[in-house]
Amino acid sequence: MSFDIPEELRYLDSHEWVRTTDGTARIGISDVAQDELGDVVFVELPDEGEEIDAGDDFAVVESIKAVSDVYAPVAGEVTAVNEALFDQPELINEDPYGDGWLVEVELADPDELASLLTAEAYADEIDS
Amino acid sequence: MHYDQARWADEDRYEPLLIEKRSETVEIDDAPLPAELTRDEITMAAPAEPELARHYTRLSQETYGVDSGPFPLGSCTMKHNPALLERVATDENAAVHPDRPDESVQGTLAVMATLQEWLGRIGGMDAVTLQPPAGAAGEYTGLLIAKAYHERQGEDRTEVVIPDSAHGTNFASAAMAGFDVVELPSGDDGRVNLEALEAAVSEETAALMLTNPNTLGLFERDIETIAEVVHDAGGLVYYDGANLNALLGQARPGDMGFDVMHYNVHKTFATPHGGGGPGAGPVGVREELAPYLPAPHVRETEDGAYERYEPEHSIGKVHGFEGNWLVLLKAYAYVRRLGDEGLADTSAKAVLNANYLAERIDFEVPYGPFHHEFVASAGDRDAANVAKHMLDHGVHPPTTKWPELVEEALMVEPTEAESKETLDLLAAAFDAAGEADADALESAPRRTTARRIDQVEAARSTRLTWQALDEDED
Repeated sequence: MSFDIPEELRYLDSHEWVRTTDGTARIGISDVAQDELGDVVFVELPDEGEEIDAGDDFAVVESIKAVSDVYAPVAGEVTAVNEALFDQPELINEDPYGDGWLVEVELADPDELASLLTAEAYADEIDS
Repeated sequence: MHYDQARWADEDRYEPLLIEKRSETVEIDDAPLPAELTRDEITMAAPAEPELARHYTRLSQETYGVDSGPFPLGSCTMKHNPALLERVATDENAAVHPDRPDESVQGTLAVMATLQEWLGRIGGMDAVTLQPPAGAAGEYTGLLIAKAYHERQGEDRTEVVIPDSAHGTNFASAAMAGFDVVELPSGDDGRVNLEALEAAVSEETAALMLTNPNTLGLFERDIETIAEVVHDAGGLVYYDGANLNALLGQARPGDMGFDVMHYNVHKTFATPHGGGGPGAGPVGVREELAPYLPAPHVRETEDGAYERYEPEHSIGKVHGFEGNWLVLLKAYAYVRRLGDEGLADTSAKAVLNANYLAERIDFEVPYGPFHHEFVASAGDRDAANVAKHMLDHGVHPPTTKWPELVEEALMVEPTEAESKETLDLLAAAFDAAGEADADALESAPRRTTARRIDQVEAARSTRLTWQALDEDED
């Protein structure tokens, strides 16, 4: 089975992704993660304005198989949460890198991005 | 054996609600209460008596219980609930008000004190409280006792160590009691890894929670060393009584080094599970923890009477009065009926039945030797589909997909109550699912009242009341 791993994103080996635009980072879970979890039925997200640290379990994704914590790849203040997920958690399964995003944060330290996995390195992680 | 479950359906709805069958609207002219608290009319179900009786009979036909067929739900010990216990619990002498003075309810208190003593003897514990209303409530009570004990020693211990294969309630009870949970990875053999345990235990350790045999049905061979490691660090060792059915009359948690334990009377002592009535989760402790038991506690006085009192450092109440008395009375009747020999025979047959069934079925059982339960693997099949296929054989399926140590786990506990013929029927249901092709697995069940349930839809748009069904149609 092959998974979609967009080239332009950065990843954690715990299957979160980050997309950065002008100091803002959008965070979600990868195609591998949504496939492993199965049908997502519930999502718990932080509030806007909340400060999260890299490595924090900042969100919870629940599927019919499991309840999983989602870890923050980067630190920052939460500037937006994807409220559409509260009514349509299935967006995570349907479009994990698009409409299924979780939160946006104002990057506290842009240098942190350098420590994240590239698409290539993440793909190697999954294969191993 | 061919099985078809009853299906009383009206269009797409199963047996309708009573109020949908026939209702009457009653008007009330002058209620003797303020107008804002009253209504002018009310619509109520108005079935004729035969309709009422048939309604509940049909509902019972459209569900499945341990009186319908075998119920080998692993970790749950779904044993037969003898009719004798119901008779004892409905005896009018058992219906006493809990506020009556001690001298007027000596018989009731004598039964409680005797059950405390028997449970203590069965578990190797010095004192037992009957108050907690369920197994998880027992865990919570036991941990509160551990906390109060440590505090009284002047120690502030914040962590509870729990193996990754433990029952989910252990983690929840520890968190509810205000502890941080330290998860202990299982060893390759499915048992506690001593090195991992030594690394996890520290001066912060309040307790280790363990069940033995464990969730895979395996006996913890190093149990005495495990207890010693925790005791050396100043922690207590807690026994989750979920799997006590494997040990009855054979071995005692107290002798293995456990300091606190709970008993699941609905598992080990044949009282009903869940909907069959309230639960009870007595807790046993070692002598030095006895002063912390919940109040009121029952004891025999020097002159042979029975009284309720508050233990010296009691953690207080965890439930009303002396606990769920009628459930405890059933447990008392069960122990009294079986006696020492009967209890030892119970665990021996529970282990024999599990081993016979595992031998009969054509599924891999990766961990052993196991005792009262075993965890088979559905391999590359979806364990949930195997379970749904088994429903069509008139049996309840095993627990599925847990523990996660086993791929597509099927956790099976037939209990001592089933005959060889019933175990053969169960084995046939397992093997039919094992041989079924993908289409048959994915379209099962076909013979049950409710067919394939859409679990995703049920979880995404949960409707828990019949009014919600109507809202959904709007």
